[in-house]
Amino acid sequence: MSWQKKILRVNLTEGTCTPEPLNMEWAADYLGQRGLGTKYLVEEVDPKVDPVSPDNKLIFATGPLTGTAASTGARYSVVTKGALTGAIACSNSGGYFGAELKFAGWDMIIFEGKAPKPVYLYINDDQAELIPADGIWGKSVWEADKILHDRHQDPQLKISAIGRSGEEGVMYACIVNDLHRAAGRSGVGTVMGSKNLKAVAVRGTIGVSVKDPQRFMQTVTEKKKILAGNPVTGQGLPTYGTQVLMNVINEVGALPTRNSSAVQFDGASKISGEAMHEPRASDGKTNLVTNQACFGCTIACGRISRIDKEHYTVKNRPEYWGASGGLEYENAWSLGADCGVDDLDALTFANYICNEQGFDPITFGATLAAAMELYEKGVITDADTGGVKLNFGSAEALTTMAEQVGKNEGFGKILGLGSKRLCEKYGHPELSMSVKGQEFPAYDPRGIQGMGLTYATSNRGACHLRSYTVASEILGIPEKTDPLVTGGKAGLVKAFQDATAAVDSSGLCLFTTFAWTLEDFYPQIDAACEGEWTLERLAQTGERIWNLERQFNLAAGFTAQDDTLPKRMLTEPATSGPAKGKVNGLDQMLPEYYELRGWTKEGVPTSDTLQNLGLS
Amino acid sequence: MQRSLYISPDKCTGCLQCEMACSFEHEGTFNPAKSRIKVFTFHSEGRFVPYTCTQCDEAWCMSACPTEAISLDAATGAKMVNDALCVGCKVCTIACPFGTINYNSVTGKVIKCDLCGGDPACAKACPTQAITYIDAEGTGYDRMRAWASRTDNQSAARA
Amino acid sequence: MRHVIIGAGPAGVTAAETLRKQDPAAEVVLIGDEPEPAYSRMAIPYYLSNKIGERGTYLRHDPDHLDKLGIGQIQSRVTRVDGAAKQLQLAGKDPVGFDRLLLATGSNPIKPPIQGLDQPGVHHCWTLEDARNIVKYAEPGSRVVLMGAGFIGCIIMEALVARGVKLTVVEMGDRMVPRMMDQASGNLIKQWCLGKGVDVHTSTRVLGVETSNSGGVRFRLTCDPVDAIDADLVVVAAGVKPATGYLDGSGIEIGQGVVVNDFLESSVPGIYAAGDTCEGMDWGTGQRAVHAIQPVAAETGRTAALNMCGRPTRHTGSMAMNVLDTLGLISVSYGQWMGVDGGDEVHRIDESAYRYIKLQFQEDRLVGAITLGMTEHVGVLRGLIQTRLPLGRWKQHLMEDPTRIMEAYLGAAQLTAG
Repeated sequence: MSWQKKILRVNLTEGTCTPEPLNMEWAADYLGQRGLGTKYLVEEVDPKVDPVSPDNKLIFATGPLTGTAASTGARYSVVTKGALTGAIACSNSGGYFGAELKFAGWDMIIFEGKAPKPVYLYINDDQAELIPADGIWGKSVWEADKILHDRHQDPQLKISAIGRSGEEGVMYACIVNDLHRAAGRSGVGTVMGSKNLKAVAVRGTIGVSVKDPQRFMQTVTEKKKILAGNPVTGQGLPTYGTQVLMNVINEVGALPTRNSSAVQFDGASKISGEAMHEPRASDGKTNLVTNQACFGCTIACGRISRIDKEHYTVKNRPEYWGASGGLEYENAWSLGADCGVDDLDALTFANYICNEQGFDPITFGATLAAAMELYEKGVITDADTGGVKLNFGSAEALTTMAEQVGKNEGFGKILGLGSKRLCEKYGHPELSMSVKGQEFPAYDPRGIQGMGLTYATSNRGACHLRSYTVASEILGIPEKTDPLVTGGKAGLVKAFQDATAAVDSSGLCLFTTFAWTLEDFYPQIDAACEGEWTLERLAQTGERIWNLERQFNLAAGFTAQDDTLPKRMLTEPATSGPAKGKVNGLDQMLPEYYELRGWTKEGVPTSDTLQNLGLS
Repeated sequence: MQRSLYISPDKCTGCLQCEMACSFEHEGTFNPAKSRIKVFTFHSEGRFVPYTCTQCDEAWCMSACPTEAISLDAATGAKMVNDALCVGCKVCTIACPFGTINYNSVTGKVIKCDLCGGDPACAKACPTQAITYIDAEGTGYDRMRAWASRTDNQSAARA
Repeated sequence: MRHVIIGAGPAGVTAAETLRKQDPAAEVVLIGDEPEPAYSRMAIPYYLSNKIGERGTYLRHDPDHLDKLGIGQIQSRVTRVDGAAKQLQLAGKDPVGFDRLLLATGSNPIKPPIQGLDQPGVHHCWTLEDARNIVKYAEPGSRVVLMGAGFIGCIIMEALVARGVKLTVVEMGDRMVPRMMDQASGNLIKQWCLGKGVDVHTSTRVLGVETSNSGGVRFRLTCDPVDAIDADLVVVAAGVKPATGYLDGSGIEIGQGVVVNDFLESSVPGIYAAGDTCEGMDWGTGQRAVHAIQPVAAETGRTAALNMCGRPTRHTGSMAMNVLDTLGLISVSYGQWMGVDGGDEVHRIDESAYRYIKLQFQEDRLVGAITLGMTEHVGVLRGLIQTRLPLGRWKQHLMEDPTRIMEAYLGAAQLTAG
């Protein structure tokens, strides 16, 4: 019930697709999606493996509530050892693909080995086969999507694919499903490309059952009402999307600007959610066409945008005139504020290219920002860039480089390394705003202290989606804490990390937690899933998952030394806004965090901790 | 007062809660492939269009059925498929010019919207009021009805 | 006013019901020659495969349905129609007079000019009685030869296979279902049947059915160009033609069927025809044609009845449309699927998945279609063809991906250009 109890093992080397039963003991301990996918990876993959070698595995995992009527039951996660980071990677995506995989009768797909020639996986309910990727290898995500729909004569087919960047080894390639939803971070698409796997196309007509249908429907209906009545999930997100944050975060002085050399961006309002609603001077139309929901989502924060046909990016290029996935806050920040660019349509175009060719806009924007700083310092020159002026604020530089990264050509080949490798290459590792090789997103840890600890300890490298303390420190959810103080943040981060790990394993979307707590999750899980699911069990499941991920990273060679932040965050004070004069106080939070975690001073879980969590 | 489903595509976000509710109501599982209402996506226009049977007066499905398996529910106006009588010949599926009665190869019967006996699950599940169940007068089905009449061999003279 | 209807199939029964509703005072008499309540031939295959009992084939399930409507019923065969005297001669019964007459006698199976078809063990599959006989002889393990891979042949195949017979199909045409499927789809259906263990010989003629003397085999079919085929049971499904034999000497103009005008009236005023019997206007080609299909039967039955009771109603023509389930492979064809001069065609084929779609356009209007393996929203193809809806820019979408038929329909019919 709710689990399909069946996983598909795809051996790309051998070309075989083999169904096997889901390990229900593990499901009871790790729930699904992020947790259960990680458990399989940890059991099957040597943590020291080269991420882009055939020995790494790539796991697509749904949660028990994926494909149910629970609001936001769209999610699936891609779990692997990340190409960008070398750490555990778990990238979560919405859209329609995850639910479709579930409807076809599968909880999970495990890809192993490497195909001798490029292939894609076609799943039609219980039938699964690997098919040569002739005609789609070398194509963009959008082209491949169109070709596969046509080839299989099925408009309802749901497709998850890599673009050229994933094929070409761009280190932060993502896996894009339904044209513009992505398992975005840590280079999971790079791993997929290294396996010569172009796409997964799935059609499911079997459906999903739950344990107690009536109680489940009653519960999810109640919980949907909470989302509808909440100002963030009921109004802010549907109206402005995550872009509701742009002006807010800028005002609190936590908007990393020009590679984090500043914390406020004077062009913020021009690239904000509000700006997407304003008619353009050029054609009188708004950038935003509509909002869109992922499967089953009653929030509908997704942005669908359209670029002015006369804008320089798309003039005489009608293939970009249609509506497509628009700017989320993180992307508007990375492509915009972090590069100092305030041309909304240019950001939208760069975002299109990220979706079309399948690479992570956060890492791309942050890498370009680092390159811009190096260019302005004279370290990177026109000779390196092929004559493109990489100045902060240049929309042309942004969109040109997005296209070059997409095709892995020109200076795009260097930008495709990610900021850590790029900055090391040019002798300035300190200019990479990354942790464990992954660029941090749109919240400056000097203005929001808890996010410093969040980035430093995130198991997949810097990330906001591992403990979104912004909710508490800025939005007051579930209760307001002061963003400028470090006290209490260790406990806050741990609580958020554990709860998030549980939510990420359920099949539901983290964004519900603006309105829901674990108190709202466990009754939905309990009505759907076998066994008895209590608040305590769910919280402990989250903590177990966090520690399992940590163990993988430790075994992969990471140490407490890697639980840190870029020097700039720790030594260069914020230059304006409420956080002016502040650096991040990581050293005040980290020891307490280790202690609360039940880890040694070296950041290693004690045997007691492991035993309590059933991990020894 | 008879009521009918009123669909406002402009309000639809494409969440498919309607398809989940419909399949749950009729099949007991969450399975959009078996939903009687379908949402179609116009990606390049950013539009989502929920679509189901309008319970049209002409009822091609009903008149084409060779075994009297489709009948009118007088209370709701719904055209109902009686599974016990449906032999699965699929004639109705090619007769309905809206394509809203479809063959379910698992059961060997056809499926269509039955208005859930007067309390449509899709309308209840819709988070944005894109699907409502309101008085039949003024539901704005005029355009669909106009479309229907053009397919009808007889209505021009009957009107 | 006395309305008489000859033929108690879907067209006749629909007409009787319509007449009763429109003209409660009139006398309505329905004459049928089979000893059963009105039943539906479409349902026979499901009876053969035990999915339903005999009652499941009935057109109307209330046994007193026609009585309750006050519709008179006579079981007899009409031997002669006298248009001038407005009188019918019946086999073994008194003559019946009429004011208005509807000819809804349907079709008769075609009996090919082949020696040996008139013997026990060789059956048509057309009436309920035929079906009973086939059920009786098609025992598990027996060898059955199906002559003709047309519509009827295909829909009874599943029932025969389910009965565990060893089935061989012999079709004269160069593909299966040649009258509703093109080469590509007809061939795919053949491949599908072969994959299900059915022997299929296309472009093959049966020359004769001989009684066999060799051990245990009942018949031997000599064929060209394949070797002789042994059989325990032969089912003849070589197509149908309008049943009009009883109209000889009536003065009614007969072509392929009873020639009717736009109001479904024959050349003799007051005498109408509906269903398989009538040869009316083909909606798409503007030529006269017989469309022996269920939806047309119901529609023309109703329209003819309206005209009979004085409500002039134009029948704008019927369209060829067929849905066929061949051992689980579902195929559909509409209208001018063979295409029109100067039109455009688009198709997609996936042989391994047995999927096929072909669309035919005239300018930006859909005029015909074939699909294989598609069960969702197929009816929209009918809607698009029959409304002659200009598809505008959506035609190009379909030329690029013909499976996007619902989007084209919704886009062209329901959404304002955006």
